[in-house]
Amino acid sequence: MTALLAKRRHPMAALMVMAVALAGLAGLYALVSPSSQASTTTATSTQIEEGKELFLVGCSSCHGVNAEGVVREDGTVLGPTLIGVGAAAVDFQVATGRMPMARNDIQAPRKTVAYTEEQTAALAAFVASLAPGPAIPEAEQYDPALGDISRGGELFRTNCAQCHNTTGQGGALTLGKYAPKLTGVAPEHIYAAMLTGPQSMPVFGDGVLTSEDKRDIISYLKNVESEPNPGGLGVGRIGPVSEGLWVWLIGLGVLIGAAAWLGARSS
Amino acid sequence: MTTHSSEVEPVGQGGDPLPDPGMPPHTPRLTDSDPKAAKRAERQVSVMFGIATLGSIGFVAAYLAFPLIEGDLDRLQLSNLLLGLTLGASLFLIGLGAIQWAKKLMPDVEMVQERHPLESSKEDAQAAIAAFEAGTEESGFGRRTLIRNSLLGALALLPLPIVFILGDMGPLNPNPAKVRASTIWAKGTRVVNDVTFEPIRPEDMEVGQLVNALPATYEEIPEEQGAERLTARAFASVILIRMELDEFVIEPGREDWHIDGILCYSKICTHVGCPISLYEQQTHNMLCPCHQSTFALADNGKVVFGPARRPLPQLALEVDAEGYLAAQGDFPQPVGPSYWERAKFENGERI
Repeated sequence: MTALLAKRRHPMAALMVMAVALAGLAGLYALVSPSSQASTTTATSTQIEEGKELFLVGCSSCHGVNAEGVVREDGTVLGPTLIGVGAAAVDFQVATGRMPMARNDIQAPRKTVAYTEEQTAALAAFVASLAPGPAIPEAEQYDPALGDISRGGELFRTNCAQCHNTTGQGGALTLGKYAPKLTGVAPEHIYAAMLTGPQSMPVFGDGVLTSEDKRDIISYLKNVESEPNPGGLGVGRIGPVSEGLWVWLIGLGVLIGAAAWLGARSS
Repeated sequence: MTTHSSEVEPVGQGGDPLPDPGMPPHTPRLTDSDPKAAKRAERQVSVMFGIATLGSIGFVAAYLAFPLIEGDLDRLQLSNLLLGLTLGASLFLIGLGAIQWAKKLMPDVEMVQERHPLESSKEDAQAAIAAFEAGTEESGFGRRTLIRNSLLGALALLPLPIVFILGDMGPLNPNPAKVRASTIWAKGTRVVNDVTFEPIRPEDMEVGQLVNALPATYEEIPEEQGAERLTARAFASVILIRMELDEFVIEPGREDWHIDGILCYSKICTHVGCPISLYEQQTHNMLCPCHQSTFALADNGKVVFGPARRPLPQLALEVDAEGYLAAQGDFPQPVGPSYWERAKFENGERI
């Protein structure tokens, strides 16, 4: 005790006291919290509990500790409620790296995935346990080999091409938002996006765009993606418009450069 | 003016204020003085011509090696690319080599080309005037007044057909806007899914849903009447969206136009008529990709950005006896871009 008293003026003393106090609090929380958790989620599987723990650490700062959403004092939404969004929405957002967001921005871009497959499944199970919502699609619902490519193309051009371009190359929306490229996206995520309507995208629910329609659209997209590109430059794959732009800017630029060289004095 | 001009001393010949700078000094090229540089330029030119030769041979090789196969678009693309590249390289490098040759190796001599006034000589001008006057005299334009006056009359009335044909666009046309004042939407016309033509129940629509839709009567127009079908589609295309009841405001008079938050808007932009369905679920804004007009669908389709000047027309919805979504009637105003008489139409009637 006297040894401790002697060191009370040590520069690290205050930090040590804080560390001990925090450890004490954590211990107290550990004593209290299991009982409260047990009382509310006794009947759920370990996956849901694991998901809840992951949720509290990684998601609750924006979506609220009970996934009820967080609205700032000025009325803007920090994170929307996740009650009722279903496992499909969680799987899409987390497994494509969109969630957790790097910062609160106008759009959550696709990026490196932060959670493992098991963790993603646990998070999805937790959110799905809150309220019924769209489930993660079955493999045969989105298998590109089973769909009708030509019908899918018609559906895609009517319902999706306005934002994503006729061949899924993406496009601009308002205020810096954009519709992302659809090349290189896993079929299950395309399906889940149509089902849940992430971010700016509207919902294309099964009531209006049936499961079969969605599979046809995925088949079309995968077919377009698999087409070879002999020149190595797709320029949006929308044909003469972008190709013409390329010719006018690059091709004509080269010719103007050649003309300038033609008129320059030789050294 | 006079004081200023007197200050400027005329310099050079003929009072020209700027003296003739003469020819710039001749600077010899590197290839004139250095035989090594000349040799290098010679090699460059021959390499360009050599690549051009290879390009022509490559064209023939590509043509023979990759013949077109019926129905194989990939092969067509590949063939196009190779033929274009080889022939293009050949033509471009022949030209480039010729210029390099002329610039680096052909004699480098400056030459003067004299410029003369563009005005004709006095004699030429007088001859032209004389010829014109003789022509007038011989044609009798001044003497035969009947011909002259009838020609003037014909020319004076020539603009009349133009006035009338352009007048069709304006007030002279008896009923210019009949086609566009109404669409094929009518009381009880079901709203069906575009492409699949499935009717839609309100419970099929989730919050945040977007449906590209058409009137059910569109499908009944026979395929043979292609133009009619296309016109009907071009004006009657709509989108259906659903939002939470507290997310949108309703203009007075439109209280019963939505079904539990399901709203129906024209798909045709009011600026120049592009079909639009770039609907952002979170902001409830719809963007036109042509000129970035943005419509607030949560606020009666009002324009919030861009060149459009009129809100997007809204279609009043009802649920029919079998529980499917249907229209209460046609659009209250003409859909699509503005035109002269547009403001005079309401509920399809001229007012």
